[in-house]
Amino acid sequence: MPTILEPLWEPWTLEFMQRALLAASLAAAVAAVVGCYVVLRGMAFLGDAIPHATFSGVAAAFLLGGNLYLGGAVAALATAFLIGLLGRRGALKHDTAVGIVFVAAFALGVLLASRRRTYTVDLFSFVFGNVLAVGWSDIWLMAAVGAAVLVLLLLFWKELLIVSYDPNMASALGVPVEPVQMGLLAMVALTAVIALKAVGIVLVVALLVTPAATGQLLARSLGGMMAVAVAAGLASALLGLYLAYYADVSPSAAIVLVASALFALAFLWARLRVRAPSRQPLGRGPLP
Amino acid sequence: MMATDQVMALEVRDLWTGYDGGPVLEGVTFSIERGCLAGLVGPNGSGKSTLLRTVLGLQRPWRGEVLVFGARPQRRRLGYMPQTEEVDWAFPITVYEVALMGRYGLLGPLRRPGRRDRQVAWQALERVGMADRARRRLQELSGGEQRRTLLARALAQEAELLLLDEPFAGLDAPVQHDLLHLFQELAAEGKTLLVATHDLTCVATHFDHAVFLNRRVVAFGPLQEVLREDVLRQTYQRHLLLVREEGRLYADHP
Repeated sequence: MPTILEPLWEPWTLEFMQRALLAASLAAAVAAVVGCYVVLRGMAFLGDAIPHATFSGVAAAFLLGGNLYLGGAVAALATAFLIGLLGRRGALKHDTAVGIVFVAAFALGVLLASRRRTYTVDLFSFVFGNVLAVGWSDIWLMAAVGAAVLVLLLLFWKELLIVSYDPNMASALGVPVEPVQMGLLAMVALTAVIALKAVGIVLVVALLVTPAATGQLLARSLGGMMAVAVAAGLASALLGLYLAYYADVSPSAAIVLVASALFALAFLWARLRVRAPSRQPLGRGPLP
Repeated sequence: MMATDQVMALEVRDLWTGYDGGPVLEGVTFSIERGCLAGLVGPNGSGKSTLLRTVLGLQRPWRGEVLVFGARPQRRRLGYMPQTEEVDWAFPITVYEVALMGRYGLLGPLRRPGRRDRQVAWQALERVGMADRARRRLQELSGGEQRRTLLARALAQEAELLLLDEPFAGLDAPVQHDLLHLFQELAAEGKTLLVATHDLTCVATHFDHAVFLNRRVVAFGPLQEVLREDVLRQTYQRHLLLVREEGRLYADHP
């Protein structure tokens, strides 16, 4: 029965669009949660670097005929570990360590890829993302890794919270700060691998940073920030795919631009709310 | 007070430590009795923060010994209030959640705070007069409220010894006075407080004990014994005048 809502359902009658929606939603949701730590700890540069570094692993796996995700994951984890090691105890400024390691890893990927003249739609689907070509096996893998990352986040909630908020205090309280920080880097690495096929290396950082920043503008607590970030990420995936379907544009770019637009709206809303007289003036609580 | 059965709340013996640039603390030795409100006084760069960090275990001693209530310090039982510029005030977290963090060290990995932890955190907030603002976000707090929140976290550790780094910095006089009053009450309840500050006048007027530090300990003990012009001169490396006015003592440049 054709109705006015027909255009809303039409894309999802196609299996490749269903798969695209699932994959983009999974990537956006996991990246939104992990991204909250990335934003709060000021690691946006790292969130850009680690996805780039996966390219060396993806390219190596491609040449050797191995699993591309596995290659990417190994490269991402190795990069995260190396950055953590170099930046340890202030031997090198953290962002300098990031800059050195990720460029080297990305260049290695380009070098490996240049060995093949017949390049290779497959390899470049990792650079710019090709969510419309995601298969069911990709989705199962993304779901499994994503679930593992989220379970780890829940198990180590209090450790991650205190290490992110006040590492000095965490250390004084006996919380193992360095392992927790390394674990966080590893989670960013795994998230990057999940998001690769959905939005591509170049745009993973947008899924990590933009929805989380939206959450930070609107929420009062870390849990609230994560909830808003996930909602913004899912909305970006859904609206971005509509846009891609009807305007016939790149889905990864559309998803990212929707996320940016949502952030812009949240930013304006937060600004207006500050300007308008607040209903609950600060410091007016009853005195003890 | 009987001196014989008195176990020192904090005892530091011949403590040396520093950074790559060289030593910051050179053979620091002092002790503080239980239930004292003690000031840790010295000019910038005298090693106040480094001393607190070393007692907490955040900075490794090169040599020397730290004893808390006669034993090697149990880090999670040392209350700590960092300098406010070291705290991320924009972090999306509430006053109550900060207080609850005081319990984290006592919980093992994978354990969530239980009923008793929540109760202790709540009592700590009540103690510092922040219970009515427990759901506030950190960044909505005034300077005095921020210090109280950090103090509640230290109290939630059920710490008997509290190490406070520049708690008065940037507060205006009435707020500073309220906070000081709270410190005095806690000391009267049996807590021991070591407060690093460069506000000599405040220490001179309101504290029981003082440790004068400039890389080494110049003097320590009850205030009336150590607050002397020669001690001040040695600590600050210049001449300071002690002015007594209406029973209050001020230190000033001549």
